[in-house]
Amino acid sequence: MTDQSSTPSKTEAVEVAPAVQKSSRTKMGLRKQDFNIFLIVIALVMLAPFILNPFPEGSGMAQFNAGYPDLMQRFVIFGIFAIGFNILFGLTGYLSFGHAAFLGVGSYAGVWMMKLLTMNVIPAIIVSTAIAGIFALFVGFISLRRSGIYFSILTLAFAQMSFSLAYSVLTPITGGETGLQLALDDVRLFGTAAVDGSIPATNLFGLAMRDSFELEIGGWLFTFNAGYYLSAFVMLAAFYLSVRIFRSPFGMMLRAVKSNQQRMNYTGLNAKPYTLAAFVISGMYAGLAGGLMVSMDPLAGAERMFWTASGEVVLMTILGGAGTMIGPVLGAGFIKYMENIVSKINETILHQWFYWLPDGLEDFVIALIYPFIGKGWHLTLGIMFMMVVIFLPGGLVEGGQRIAGLFKKRKASTSDDDTTPKSAPQAAE
Amino acid sequence: MGILEVKGVNKRFGGLQALGDVNLSVAENSVHAIIGPNGAGKSTLLNVLIGKLIPDTGSVMFDGLSVLGRHPHEICQMGISRVFQTPEIFGDLTVMENVMIPCFAKRDGAFSLHAIGGVDAETDMIDQAEEMLTEVKMIEKRNMLASSLSRGDKRRLEMAMCLVQQPRLLLLDEPTAGMARADTNNTIDLLKEINEKRKITMAIIEHDMHVVFSLAERITVLAQGMPLVEDTPANIKGHPKVREAYLGETA
Ligand SMILES: Nc1ncnc2c1ncn2[C@@H]1O[C@H](COP(=O)(O)OP(=O)(O)O)[C@@H](O)[C@H]1O
Ligand SMILES: [Mg+2]
Repeated sequence: MTDQSSTPSKTEAVEVAPAVQKSSRTKMGLRKQDFNIFLIVIALVMLAPFILNPFPEGSGMAQFNAGYPDLMQRFVIFGIFAIGFNILFGLTGYLSFGHAAFLGVGSYAGVWMMKLLTMNVIPAIIVSTAIAGIFALFVGFISLRRSGIYFSILTLAFAQMSFSLAYSVLTPITGGETGLQLALDDVRLFGTAAVDGSIPATNLFGLAMRDSFELEIGGWLFTFNAGYYLSAFVMLAAFYLSVRIFRSPFGMMLRAVKSNQQRMNYTGLNAKPYTLAAFVISGMYAGLAGGLMVSMDPLAGAERMFWTASGEVVLMTILGGAGTMIGPVLGAGFIKYMENIVSKINETILHQWFYWLPDGLEDFVIALIYPFIGKGWHLTLGIMFMMVVIFLPGGLVEGGQRIAGLFKKRKASTSDDDTTPKSAPQAAE
Repeated sequence: MGILEVKGVNKRFGGLQALGDVNLSVAENSVHAIIGPNGAGKSTLLNVLIGKLIPDTGSVMFDGLSVLGRHPHEICQMGISRVFQTPEIFGDLTVMENVMIPCFAKRDGAFSLHAIGGVDAETDMIDQAEEMLTEVKMIEKRNMLASSLSRGDKRRLEMAMCLVQQPRLLLLDEPTAGMARADTNNTIDLLKEINEKRKITMAIIEHDMHVVFSLAERITVLAQGMPLVEDTPANIKGHPKVREAYLGETA
């Protein structure tokens, strides 16, 4: 681009929106490079049962496989949660510390739909999203009277209140400490209360969410789970919608909120409804995630609203890259992988890995690694998080862009590729 | 009667009388300058006009409607735009986006939920913004981050953001402060052209007498929050009170 020379080297946003340009749209109303990102996400999500199971069953590395339904569902569901959170935090800069409340409310609403209406997950998913949206409207309306740290504290207060209420006075609705469960004597107006003496499975027009198709190739076992693919489909839709929001006039206004609210007001724009709309949309994403969660496993507990759960989605978004489109998905996958895989490595496994070392050295190496695995995975995550915040403020996405940048520089510098005019990751060195 | 009528406006900050009984009338399509030494209350007066501050007493009428008690975004939608003393722009956004946002604000009002259709598809808005950027000679910088612009360019960008909304009254707070001579002259020409071509009324605060005397049709002199005199540039130049309060100080 022409302007590179006149730009003082300032720290710049990692994913500066590509230049506003007429008729640069291609398929599905997306810009070319957005469409390509979308295609990559589709491929990753659809092929996840393969990609996440790279090691043959029974091999020493098999414990690093993440391609089982339960975990894959969690990847995409938390992906939705983080995508929504990013619409608020990434675009407007308002840091909510209470978004787990919307996920929790969505979960309860979903289970209630299954108790009252049907085990078909569609009403549960829709109503979860709607109820979370209404709750977010209320919480947002009050919390957005303040900004900065006060806003964060207000959202945290709301979430902790919801958590406490769910445990105490709201027990008739939430099931209190045991959580909200299905029962044999539930109403289920449009379904059956029980099948063969047990609670029927959650399903999509008869297709049970727990149904899986297993494919064995050589030593590998791949599982294709109905629930996963439903969640994956919803996640792709949620991702697509977020890309459209990012590139819309509304999305531009949200970035304006983050950049300079004063100027916004003196430009004739009311920043408040924009922020509130972003808050409600992200709350609805959280509710959607909650609804999907109970569609996979129809049980909702108050711990889902605990402040650590709210903190987790903040970590996911920042780790992956706040304000980038794909970052939150990466962050969610990364953290859920650590939580479920790294946490399972124990001392015995370490001994298996390092048995070939001389005894003294083996013990020494294991003693070094041990604090970072198993229950110590939080330590690893914490260190990684600090490294990212300090060295890669744009998260994993920035890391990826820098690596890609290195390759591009090596390839001829004459290529007139001007699609991303101002991603200048040279700043931080 | 002017398009802007300020009557008996008082504003105190604690013990400090920032504005004392200010009366001001700005005629439609004119360029009205407000001058005065540092701390005279010029910026405070503009803050009152755009709804950033509410005066203790007095009235401010714009085109027959009171602006007092209205939100800044409402006042802007009425047709009053302001260029700030230190440029207020969207630093994290590109130059082009900075100009498109006011275009959308003008077309869609203070809030609209255009969340699905892309910015790229808004060809009318893009044309408008590009035209404006061409007019202020910044079109080749359209994809730069606004925060990376030079100070002079930031001012010009802010001016473009105001002008693209076709305001009826443009308030400028020291629009040439910190500019080189050549840039200052360009800005004078630009403002003249805007006033003649677009028929935009302007109230301008300025330290640079060269700018004031090249542009203004009427001048109000403020000192310690009080309007000293209001007259034509020719008369102001020779006014003894003004020399004493203002010109004398800077000479
Ligand atoms: N928000 C404020 N709070 C307290 N004092 C203020 C505030 N804004 C301006 N002042 C004071 O009011 C007086 C007028 O300021 P200002 O309008 O900025 O003068 P200028 O004519 O140089 O633009 C100054 O003494 C300034 O210190
Ligand atoms: Mg001033």
